[in-house]
Amino acid sequence: MTEPTLSLRGLTVEIPTRHGLLRPVDKVSYDIAPGEILGVVGESGAGKSMAGNAVIGLLNRPARIAGGEVWLNGTRIDQLGREPMRKLRGKQIGMVFQDPLTSLNPLLTVGDQISETILEHLPLSRAQARERAIAALDEVGIPAAKDRVDSYPHAFSGGMRQRVVIALALCAEPSLIIADEPTTALDVSVQAQIIALLKRLCRDRGTAVMLVTHDMGVIAEAADRVAVMYAGRLAEIGPVADVLGAPRHPYTVGLMGSTPGASRGQRRLTQIPGAMPRLGALPQGCAFHPRCPRRGLNCDVDPAPGLEADGDRSACWFPVSDSEQVPA
Amino acid sequence: MTDETKVPLVRVSNLTRIFDVSKPWLNRVIERLPRARLTAVSNVSFDIPDRSVYALVGESGSGKSTIGKMVVGLLDASEGEVEVRAPDGQDDARGAGRTGVQMIFQDPYASLNPRWRVRDIIAEPVAARGGDTKGVAEALLEQVGLSVEDAGKFPHEFSGGQRQRICIARALADNPRLIVCDEPTSALDVSVQAQVLNLMSDLREEFGLTYLFISHDLTVVQHMADTIGVLYLGRLVEEAGADDLFETPRHPYTQMLFEAAPRMDAYGRDVEPPQGEIPDPINPPTGCAFHPRCPRAVDRCAAERPEMRRVGTSRVACHLAE
Ligand SMILES: Nc1ncnc2c1ncn2[C@@H]1O[C@H](COP(=O)(O)OP(=O)(O)OP(=O)(O)O)[C@@H](O)[C@H]1O
Ligand SMILES: Nc1ncnc2c1ncn2[C@@H]1O[C@H](COP(=O)(O)OP(=O)(O)O)[C@@H](O)[C@H]1O
Ligand code: SF4
Ligand code: SF4
Ligand SMILES: [Mg+2]
Ligand SMILES: [Mg+2]
Repeated sequence: MTEPTLSLRGLTVEIPTRHGLLRPVDKVSYDIAPGEILGVVGESGAGKSMAGNAVIGLLNRPARIAGGEVWLNGTRIDQLGREPMRKLRGKQIGMVFQDPLTSLNPLLTVGDQISETILEHLPLSRAQARERAIAALDEVGIPAAKDRVDSYPHAFSGGMRQRVVIALALCAEPSLIIADEPTTALDVSVQAQIIALLKRLCRDRGTAVMLVTHDMGVIAEAADRVAVMYAGRLAEIGPVADVLGAPRHPYTVGLMGSTPGASRGQRRLTQIPGAMPRLGALPQGCAFHPRCPRRGLNCDVDPAPGLEADGDRSACWFPVSDSEQVPA
Repeated sequence: MTDETKVPLVRVSNLTRIFDVSKPWLNRVIERLPRARLTAVSNVSFDIPDRSVYALVGESGSGKSTIGKMVVGLLDASEGEVEVRAPDGQDDARGAGRTGVQMIFQDPYASLNPRWRVRDIIAEPVAARGGDTKGVAEALLEQVGLSVEDAGKFPHEFSGGQRQRICIARALADNPRLIVCDEPTSALDVSVQAQVLNLMSDLREEFGLTYLFISHDLTVVQHMADTIGVLYLGRLVEEAGADDLFETPRHPYTQMLFEAAPRMDAYGRDVEPPQGEIPDPINPPTGCAFHPRCPRAVDRCAAERPEMRRVGTSRVACHLAE
């Protein structure tokens, strides 16, 4: 087996507050292989972004990694200091966020921004870096890259800006890209372009991608495997066709039933009663139990079983078995 | 079915809205710029049958919200008109809004006054026309799945989904016939969205409501709508029954949009993504606004704007559609 690009082992993030200790990410373990897109889904507040930010060392204080390990290409990175972590970002880990403007400097031309990142991480001359920047813009589909390289970010549309951000994330040839809601602010047609781009780059270069989104459709379209998060924990993880097509965790089942496109022909959408609990008021036992239609006797007492990186698919005492699946 | 039921509740005719987006006068003089006009909605016509759900879809900037605001009367039309059939033959009142028409917005945070109690928020439309507000909020809160005790609380004490329920209750307070829903669930998580969409379907049956449902989300629209109108750059390019539209999209833009939308059942599908981007609405392309991106475009498309015409059970604005 090839070594995974990224390995999380029991990653736990804590936030000390006046009202007690919050745990937005709780013992999360998974691997992402080279060239693989892992989709991380869940509703807002599930801890998706926190998990991603923990990997790249961008947790805002007072949030901190309180347990577990993060491995990148066989090297442990969760205990690196500020400066080595900064070097790692950009060189080995590229980042794409929802709002492209947060990643772009409005005062620099896109060419200068990309060149600077290249020069910081690769031993090249200015002229070579500029050539690379043009090639990078060309690769992400900026038309007439040679002419646009000296434009400022504001001169680009939202979709074009996100392409520039992807070019920036890729220019030092990182082995991992963390994309947090990269298409959430974009129109469907532009979203399709960006997803196709991410898929192509990941396939051509063997880059691993952590694709964080709340959109099941984007996951279905882009991901090889999917990790479903609920209240800071992994609820279910597995190949995308298995998890979306035959979900085992009751929360995944509920999510699919609530998604209009996935429950085609149904007059009413399936409802999950209630809402995601606040971190400060997580229910005892399995955090999903107050909303769970399969809740068993001890679900309100026993924490749900943990998910090891190479273990079960769902963190549930009573998962939906294959024989219970409704044929499509 | 009598003819009476076929009279549409809403008739939108040749609706156009132009915004003046010129720079200030002095800049124009110094920089020698002409006045700039943006046509947000261009010559749009459609009918909404009573007790049906008519959805408008389109990408950002296609004019959905602008049409919605003109339908409720929050914005004046530059040309054309909106007629809403008034109950028992009254003329529809002009001014701040039309009688019997209410609106629900995307952002349930911004659209509720944070200093008002829920009771007063919900009863406000009744109070505004001098009606009796006693018990109005309490009854409606139960209708929308909240509880009577919630009447005394303030908006910040509620989640996004609950706030949208409050907005819906407020919209219902005035016994509307038509509710314009502008992206009512776009800010909500899917599980909460499902709750709100189900609620909207139930209320529609119970009160015999008509919805103009605005959304950019094709799956939501497919789930909710009876009829769908597709907008591109302020123009209505296609209109069809929901099932027909998804089965046989006839306009090249609709086809492109459907092809691009993520599919839940096509894992690892490799699509050729759409080409190009939506053009600048201040300088829209000539003829058919879609022609620079259209794979089927012919010479005529750049020269002549296609009229809306009937093709099968659909209406399509494309020279080549059949
Ligand atoms: N008050 C205004 N002044 C100038 N231009 C406006 C104004 N309101 C809307 N526009 C422009 O009109 C066009 C249509 O806008 P509208 O808000 O109706 O789009 P929409 O389809 O609702 O988009 P979205 O999906 O982003 O909500 C856009 O180009 C927009 O920039
Ligand atoms: N500084 C903070 N103090 C307290 N709670 C926080 C803070 N930052 C984030 N959280 C909480 O952490 C949880 C996970 O957040 P996040 O990772 O952003 O979720 P997602 O990306 O899945 O929507 C949420 O419940 C959020 O409210
Ligand atoms: S462990 Fe129990 S409560 Fe939790 S999801 Fe499974 S059945 Fe439901
Ligand atoms: S009128 Fe011409 S350019 Fe417009 S959609 Fe039809 S074929 Fe394409
Ligand atoms: Mg997030
Ligand atoms: Mg809008």
